[in-house]
Amino acid sequence: MALLEIRDLSVRFDTPDGTVNAVNGVSLTLDRGETLGIVGESGSGKSQLAFAVMGLLAKNGRAAGSVRFEGKEILNAPASVINPIRANKIAMVFQDPMTSLNPYMRVCDQMAEVLVHHRGMSKAEAVAESVRMLDAVKIPDARARVTLYPHEFSGGMRQRVMIAMSLLCRPELLIADEPTTALDVTVQAQIMTLLGELRRDFGMATILITHDLGVVAGFCESVLVLYGGQVMEKSPTDPLFATPSHPYTRGLLAAIPRVDQEGEALSAIPGSPPNMTNPPPGCPFAPRCGYAGEDCLDHLDPLTEFAPGRFRACNRSVEELA
Amino acid sequence: MTRPLLRVEDLRVTFELRGAGDMPWTKPRLLRAVSGVNFELSAGETLGIVGESGCGKSTLARALIQMVPATGRAIWADGTDLLALSRAQMLKYRADIQMVFQDPLASLNPRMTVGQIIAEPLRTHQKGLADAEVKARVKEMMDRVGLLPNQINRYPHEFSGGQCQRIGIARALIVRPKLLICDEPVSALDVSIQAQVINLLAELQRDLGLAMIFIAHDLSVVKHISDRVMVLYLGRTMEIAGARDLYADPQHPYTQALLSAVPIPDPAAERAKRIIPLEGDLPSPLNPPSGCVFRTRCPRAEALCAREVPVLTTAAHGVACYFPGPLVKSRRLAEPA
Repeated sequence: MALLEIRDLSVRFDTPDGTVNAVNGVSLTLDRGETLGIVGESGSGKSQLAFAVMGLLAKNGRAAGSVRFEGKEILNAPASVINPIRANKIAMVFQDPMTSLNPYMRVCDQMAEVLVHHRGMSKAEAVAESVRMLDAVKIPDARARVTLYPHEFSGGMRQRVMIAMSLLCRPELLIADEPTTALDVTVQAQIMTLLGELRRDFGMATILITHDLGVVAGFCESVLVLYGGQVMEKSPTDPLFATPSHPYTRGLLAAIPRVDQEGEALSAIPGSPPNMTNPPPGCPFAPRCGYAGEDCLDHLDPLTEFAPGRFRACNRSVEELA
Repeated sequence: MTRPLLRVEDLRVTFELRGAGDMPWTKPRLLRAVSGVNFELSAGETLGIVGESGCGKSTLARALIQMVPATGRAIWADGTDLLALSRAQMLKYRADIQMVFQDPLASLNPRMTVGQIIAEPLRTHQKGLADAEVKARVKEMMDRVGLLPNQINRYPHEFSGGQCQRIGIARALIVRPKLLICDEPVSALDVSIQAQVINLLAELQRDLGLAMIFIAHDLSVVKHISDRVMVLYLGRTMEIAGARDLYADPQHPYTQALLSAVPIPDPAAERAKRIIPLEGDLPSPLNPPSGCVFRTRCPRAEALCAREVPVLTTAAHGVACYFPGPLVKSRRLAEPA
């Protein structure tokens, strides 16, 4: 049985300007210990997908479809079902550690709260366990630092605290939503190395949500490319980068300046991302796609397997894209 | 050799910080955001400035146009020291030096139409211009940066991030500056849009013969657009060299660590690459280390580094380090213990 199984997940938001279709029919499965990267630009629905799984959607958000964790349906589940799973089984690391930690609480108090609430530990046990976890994420002198407030840490250290907090209950699945986007490259390298080591030591499955294909290349076993709330391509990491099968993935890879190569002009993707209030009925990428025909504006073929383990949603065959 | 467009000598920016409970006679704490930066910029050249947050790269740019007070000298092509000018005198040079800011939406006035925003520098610097002439030049510039001239009466919120950045570029270029300072112009944009704006900047620079100071934390972007690159750390220049040279053969241990940390969108290359980890955090600029500011995190640091500040060498590939050298041949890593 897969650890996480998402079927046809859709997320809509009712706003004064109309309904925003953030996620449109996304399906994926994740096995134990597997590492999946979800890549997309702003507005592609990658964060809302994670929030829907965690039951953290904003009040005007509605999720439809099915999310099964260890076989149990958790989408739109009542608090009595989802609360024992959150933190215990699925934990999340957010993008901005300053705004996701409570600025009024000492680090020891907010970390201990997790263990007292979910594991019924005493405060002293919980603090001791928190210190052990801060050691595990390599915060120097954790015993002394645990009594500090979040603002007394640097950005990279705060993200370490967030990661330590998410791992307190030894979750089966860690969802990291842009964990290094707010950080400098050298700190990003530290955090990604740490996440890799923790994944190895704790054996948890990881979903890494990011816009940075470079981070995905180094960290993930497979990648899901989202655009306009739909899956464009899903593939093991190596073949995705070697032979991207979707016009959008190709465009994205060609648009990145590379530090390890001499550059000519970058091939930019023309146009801008779709407005999700009124998404086009066909392929969301069609207006910007060099291969699009009339049919792409009307419908998009469903995600199909074109090579072992590799899926794509495109009306043009791989051969046609040559 | 012709005189450079801009020659910066010993540029320093120091902020005085006063705590909430300080008495009037308490000495303020000094934050040296930029301490002693030198460089030259020729006409039509692009200088990239990279460094992590807090290294002083934005402050350096702002100091050049007197947005923050600075000491030292910044000699313009005509021999004038920009830093010694009064506000009124500086106005004359502001038309020659224009700036593009990081946050595309926040740097545009939400109550002005795009036409008014782009025309404002013209109305400031070329007061005699007739309305029809201003409008014609605004439309020409909008067309030049890839905006539809019929959008002239729209407001900034009606545009996407990438388009807002095009508006910012049009506003900067309408007075035909000689130097364009771009402070993280693409860091707020998505990858696909980022490439559009980088290509636009490169094309405009070529066509208009602009000199550019391009500030970014993204080393790949800086490499792509720059002729020369300067690496800053805690307000000091660590290394400055031609872009190709700096990226292919970095000499300073900080540059090497920085480059090794950049993720490469290629799984094989990414796995093969060895990251040089930097220990700990950036030291506080309020209390920088003695000697070389990088020594506390440097794998090559020795006693000498704590005693004296290394001077940036004046060769084409300048390094401020007592133990410079390519990575593989570095003393610590190559010699057996």
